[in-house]
Formats: sequence, structure tokens, C-alpha cells
Amino acid sequence: MGCDGSADMAVKKGLSLPALITMILFAVGTLGGVIVSAGAWDAVMEFHALLFSAFFVGGILWIGSNIMSEPEQGYMDKIVRYGVVASTFWGVVGFLVGFLIAAQLAFPELNFDTSFLNFGRMRPLHTSAVIFAFGGNVLLCTSFYVVQRTCHARLWGGNLAWFVFWGYQFFIVLAATGYLLGVTQGKEYAEPEWYVDLWLTIVWVAYLLVFLGTLIKRKEPHIYVANWFYLGFIVTIAMLHLGNNMAVPVSIYSSQSIILYSGVQDALIQWWYGHNAVGFFLTAGFLAIMYYFIPKAVNRPVYSYRLSIIHFWALIFLYIWAGPHHLHYTALPDWSQTLGMVFSIMLWMPSWGGMINGLMTLSGAWDKLRTDPIVRMLVVSVAFYGMSTFEGPVMSIKAVNSLSHYTDWTVGHVHSGALGWVGFVSFGAIYCLAKWAFGRKQLYSNRLVEWHFWVSTIGIAIYVASMWVAGILQGLMWRAYDSLGFLQYSFAETVEQMHIYYVIRAFGGLLFVIGSFIMAYNIYRTIKGDVREGEEMPDEDVVPVAAE
Amino acid sequence: MSKIERDEHTGTETTGHEWDGIKELNTPLPKWWLYTFYACILWSIGYMVVYPAIPFAGENGYSEGTFGYSQRDVVAEEVAQAKAAQSQYLDQIAAKDFEEIRGDQDLMAFAAQGGKAAFGDNCAPCHGTGAQGFTGFPNLNDDDWIWGGTLSDIYQTIKHGIRWDEDDETRFSEMPRFLDDGLLERSQVEDVTEYVLSLSGNSSSPEKVERGAVIFAEQCTVCHGESGMGDRMQGAPNLTDAIWLYGGEREDVYSTIAHSRRGVMPSWAGRLDDATIKQLVLYVHGLGGGEQTIADEAEDFAEEMADEPVEDEAAQQ
Repeated sequence: MGCDGSADMAVKKGLSLPALITMILFAVGTLGGVIVSAGAWDAVMEFHALLFSAFFVGGILWIGSNIMSEPEQGYMDKIVRYGVVASTFWGVVGFLVGFLIAAQLAFPELNFDTSFLNFGRMRPLHTSAVIFAFGGNVLLCTSFYVVQRTCHARLWGGNLAWFVFWGYQFFIVLAATGYLLGVTQGKEYAEPEWYVDLWLTIVWVAYLLVFLGTLIKRKEPHIYVANWFYLGFIVTIAMLHLGNNMAVPVSIYSSQSIILYSGVQDALIQWWYGHNAVGFFLTAGFLAIMYYFIPKAVNRPVYSYRLSIIHFWALIFLYIWAGPHHLHYTALPDWSQTLGMVFSIMLWMPSWGGMINGLMTLSGAWDKLRTDPIVRMLVVSVAFYGMSTFEGPVMSIKAVNSLSHYTDWTVGHVHSGALGWVGFVSFGAIYCLAKWAFGRKQLYSNRLVEWHFWVSTIGIAIYVASMWVAGILQGLMWRAYDSLGFLQYSFAETVEQMHIYYVIRAFGGLLFVIGSFIMAYNIYRTIKGDVREGEEMPDEDVVPVAAE
Repeated sequence: MSKIERDEHTGTETTGHEWDGIKELNTPLPKWWLYTFYACILWSIGYMVVYPAIPFAGENGYSEGTFGYSQRDVVAEEVAQAKAAQSQYLDQIAAKDFEEIRGDQDLMAFAAQGGKAAFGDNCAPCHGTGAQGFTGFPNLNDDDWIWGGTLSDIYQTIKHGIRWDEDDETRFSEMPRFLDDGLLERSQVEDVTEYVLSLSGNSSSPEKVERGAVIFAEQCTVCHGESGMGDRMQGAPNLTDAIWLYGGEREDVYSTIAHSRRGVMPSWAGRLDDATIKQLVLYVHGLGGGEQTIADEAEDFAEEMADEPVEDEAAQQ
């Protein structure tokens, strides 16, 4: 493997012009941060503006010393290795915070009477940490790895990819510290305020440029299906991010902003965004991972090229309309609810197209399910994907939704997709990359992957099952009337009933957290180059190692 | 590098493309998949014909569907039906006084059930789903009432609230903050605390009780009475019954005297209609601690008097 360094990648001594311009921009940014911080209207802006300055100073020093320069020839893999570590780290953090808030719901004392650990701040910290920090880093590093190999080209733009990586980590830090300090624009999965949104926009455009640039200079005649999905994900997330975050800052010195939409329009935009964050961030992006890592791990051709085309375009076209199903039985007009529902129903088969392609790629290699725990993780993730994408359309049917809406059933549904699909496909990819991107013949321990797999799978099963029972119970209690026409249960009574299920759910979540710790340890030892005693693998299973 | 091959295991041809060693089979779309997809699309089209679906297509700005379904109309109709089903009872409850309602078994059963539902939604957050109360929020099951436990007392309390500024008729009293307002020294507050605790037999320092009794007589008896039995007219609680709204530990009582408490209950007159408030009153009154009015007591007494001879006769036989 490996690729020839193109002319524009020739080794340059000293400071290149783009690096100089970047340093000047960073210097201006540093100064701007200090000025805004000095004049800030609130403490959070004062703090965050200084963080910006610190980031820019760090950037200038980084460019100056060029400590992370890649060999200019071959694939850019150091950034992938950084991404593997970042993904694992943020994953563990995000799952831990998830466990904390699950425990808070069961035992409110765990809010500890401090605003910093309050559920209201911890919840967006959890969702953002798992979706954007963990999921985002997995998408970044796998996409950088996959696009280079399937295009047979080094990443375009030189150190721009590094800007994307560090800029994205900085976005995560801004968002997370903002939540802890109580800053939010009150939009689910889009809580960060205007200046964080603007920063993410810059980083995202850079990401798009790196990805597109690499696609354009590819050495392969065709674009591989994984790259369609990655590109679909990057472009659509850009559109969603801009659409949903249309806000006017109160002042450049203030961390607050006024959102452009109001009322039901705002709600619709929000769920157009929210649903497609699921559809394009957590689905399209991770399908891309599936399309590369499953055929690669089992060494079989993709099941059906035609299916991949049809389900890709159907998915892209249909997903974007399904958002209104989050607003059934609200002030949203009937016609809009209908569209949200029927597009969700039509989405069922396009989603399953991906599942079929993932699962059937194993035909001829089913024995790997038994022998290779990484493959098992990848395959079970696809099974969870199939289950969630069936459950989703069912829940979008208005009659079902009238029972399930606002209940913990929704929470269970989300987590079967998030833990089962996104989590497991990510773990599978992380394990693969720990070998491939770090040039290791094998993992530290496949037995530990087995443990990770079973502990987490049992955790997910407990989590999802408890939320099904809790959600349906909630829904039934809310709608129960007595013979005289009064509500049978007060809301507080339905909350009391949830306690035991919340305890069970927290236990399931804890198992998932434990699984992630097992993975983190395994990845750490693998990176170190250790192999657990007695686990040396026979030569035939060795996957080709990435060359640089 | 485009080279179509035949996959040995499946017998299917590849597309001839290859990326990093990954090839693709040219398997046709699974039939069941395709037909299910078509069926979903057909069903969706049908649904869109029947229900409102297409924007900008109709007089109201959207296609109304074959039978003009409107979620808003359905809700309005269901709410109207539910109201109609309850209206015969609600109208009577609104029109009648408490005694009349209690005299009508059906109506009383309805009121108790409606009161329970309204209590769960409006009162349970503070008083608990079982009306057992919490620190600062009275237990409504017992017969220890601060502002009175007759039907009319409870009605007044729920309707106008306690220390609710926005309601002119709200129940109002303010115990001084004896320490904060400089009315008593710290040691004096400690003495009174000891005396108050002694009223329910929980004191351990006779000297302090003795000194406290003097201060109590000067400062507290105006509201709480000479014996500390309280005065419902002023919302001054009975201090002798060992039932404490804000806790009966020494530091709790000390804190109450030093800083006062002045708990608030909202006025419900603006939020709930009169029939609902009446149902709440009957429900709370029926929890176990409801007190009878003087008229009731006289009536009961008359009944007892009337009953007694009969019982006596029965006993004699």
C-alpha cells in the first residue's frame, strides 16, 4: 500500500506561505480574544474569549515548531492515531456522564445540590459528549483513514486536517465548559451558543475542504460508497448546523443570542435539525464506517452495489423530511405531521438496505462471527441498526406515537440505536484502527474484546428492555381515566412508578461504561505494542498493515 | 483496474471496481426488499390522500384529505364530550353548598374522586401524593390544623392561599424574627426554645425552661396563647402536640424562633374553578382529619341524645 506524494506535497523547508497566513490569522484571533474577554458582559464570555486566545497561541506555537508534521509521503495516519485516542477518551467520558445522569434520575440526591452537576447541565454534556465528541471523533478519524485508502491519495490540504482535528477538540471543550457554566441556547443537540456555532462552522468547512480535496485528487476512477456516505454526512450536517443556529448575538461581548425563529416554526426547524442529526451524523456517517470496515474485516466483497446506490439515495432523500414526527399532536399543522409520518414509514426499507448490505457481506465468512470478536461487534451493531430503524418508523405512526411520545420508550429507542448501532460499529472501527493505523499485527487481547462485547451487550439489553417497560407503563398511566372521567393517576404518581426502572436502566448503563473501560485498557496496551500472554495469533489472520 | 470477476462463494459477478482491496458484488435488489419498499410508498400515498398532507393545495392552504380530518377538531370534540359527561355533576357541585353535596351520595362520590385527581395534579408536589406532607408542607391526613379544619376553613385556605400577596383575602400572619429583628438575645431565644420544647415534654434543662417561660409569657402568648395551644384565627400553631411543621429538633425550633418561617401557599381562586376547589375541599376534609362545624356538632349531639334511649332500651331487653 502507500501512495506517492504528489507534487504539491513536496517537502518545504521553513515557513510556507499558508502557514504564515494562518499564523497571522491566529495572532489576530489571539488579540481579538483578549479584547472581547476584557470587555465581556458576562463571566462565561470572559472565560471563553480567553480560551480562544489560548487556542490560537497554541496554534501559533504548533505551527512554529511543527511538532506534528507528517511525513509528506504516503498516507496521513498520525492524525488517525490521534483520532483513535480522542475517540476512546471522549467515549469513556461521555458514557460516564450518561451513567451519572441515569443515576440522578433514580436518585436525585446525586445532583449534589450544586448547579454544576445539575441534571439540566449534565444532560447536554452527556448527549454532546457521546454524539459530537465520541461519535464526531470516530467519524473524523475513520473518514480520514478511509478516504485516503479508497481514493489512494494523501489527505488534501496538508496541515488543514490538523486544524480540523484540533479545532474540533476545541469546539468540544467550548461546548462542554459552556454547559457546565450554564450557557445554552436551549436547542436540543444544538445547545452551544453563537460563538461556538461560528467556530464549528469554520472547522466544518475546513473538514469539507479536506475531504472534497482528497476525493478530487483520487487515483481511483470511482468514488467508493463509504465516501458517498461520508460526504452526505459532512454536507448535510453543515446545512443543518447553519439552518438551526440562525441567531443574532446580543453583543459580541455577550455569550447570549436571540434565535431567529419563534414558536412552532422554531420547533419545526429544531426537529428538522434534531432528526437529521440522527439521520446524517449518527446514521449516514456510521454507515460509511460499516461500508469500509465490515468488508475489510471479513475480507469479502460488498453484497450488492445496486442496493448501495438505491438505499443511499433513498435514505438521503427521505430522511430530511421525517423530522416533523417529533412533533406529533402539537401545534404543528396536520399536513406537516402527515408528511413527517409517511416519510418515516417510507424510510424503513432504505434503512434496511444498509442493514442487508452490511449483514450479507458476511456471506462466505460467517465463521468469523465465531472466531473474531471485532467482526461480531460490527455485525451486532448492524443488527441493532436494523432493529432501531424498524422501531423508529413504528413509533412515527401517530397512533403509536400518542402512546410513546414523551415517555422513556423514546429514550430506550434512542439508546438501542446509540449504544447498539453507533457504539458497537464505532468500537469495531476503533479496534480495527488500533491495529491498522498503529501498525500492530494484533490487538493486545481478543479475550478482552469478548468481555467488552458481552458486558456491553447485556448492558444494552437491560437498558432497552427497562425503558420499553417504563415507557409503555408511563404512556398507559398518563392516558388512564376512571369511570367518572378523571385522570386515574397524577403525574407525580407516574414519576414514582419510574424509580425501579431508572435503577435498572442505570445498571445497564453501568455495564456499558465498564465495557468501555475494558476497551480503553485494551486499546492502550495495543498502542503500547503489548500482546497478552497466550493470545499470539496465527499468521493467517494478520491483516495487512498500513504503510507510510 | 476495472475487471469483472465471478465471486466463487456466491457465484455472483463483481462490478469490476476495487478500492483498497474491497470489491462489490453486482447482486440484484432483493425482491422482498423492493416490494416492501414499494408497498410503503403506496401506503404513504394512500395515507396522504386520506389525511391532510400537501401544503399550498386547498382553500385552507393545504390538502384537507378525503374526510377533512383535523386534529384540533378531534381534541375539541373529545374535550367537549368529556365536559358534557361531567357537567351534570359539576353544575350541581357549583350550585350546592357543602352540606347539600355531602347529603347526595353520588355527588359526594364524584367530588371525592374529582378532588383526588385535582389534588394529584395541583397539591401533591408540595403535600405529597398521599397528602402526607413534607417539612414545611403540612400533613393533611391528621387532625392538627393551623388555620382550621372545617369545610369552610379549608375552602378559605385553598381559595385564597396563605401569605399570598396577590390575594387580598389570603390568610395572613407573621411571626416576628425574634433574633434577626433584635427582639431577643441569642441566649433568650435558646431559653424560649427550651420552654417550647418542654410544652411537649422534650426539654432537658429546667433552668432554661424557667427563664424561657417568662419570655414566652411576654412575647409569645399573644398569638400562641398562655398554654401554648395556639390560635387558629391567627394561624398560630399549637406548640404542645409534638407535631412540627418545620421539625421538632432543638435547632429547628431555635431557627423558627430566631428567623421565623412564613411559609406560603398560593391562592387557587384564579387557577381552578370553584367547583374544582369545592371538590378539593371535600377530598382534603375527607382524608381523616376533617373537623365538623359547630352546627354539625349540635346536630350530632341531638342525634346521640335521640339514639341513647333506644340503645338503653335495647340493652335492657
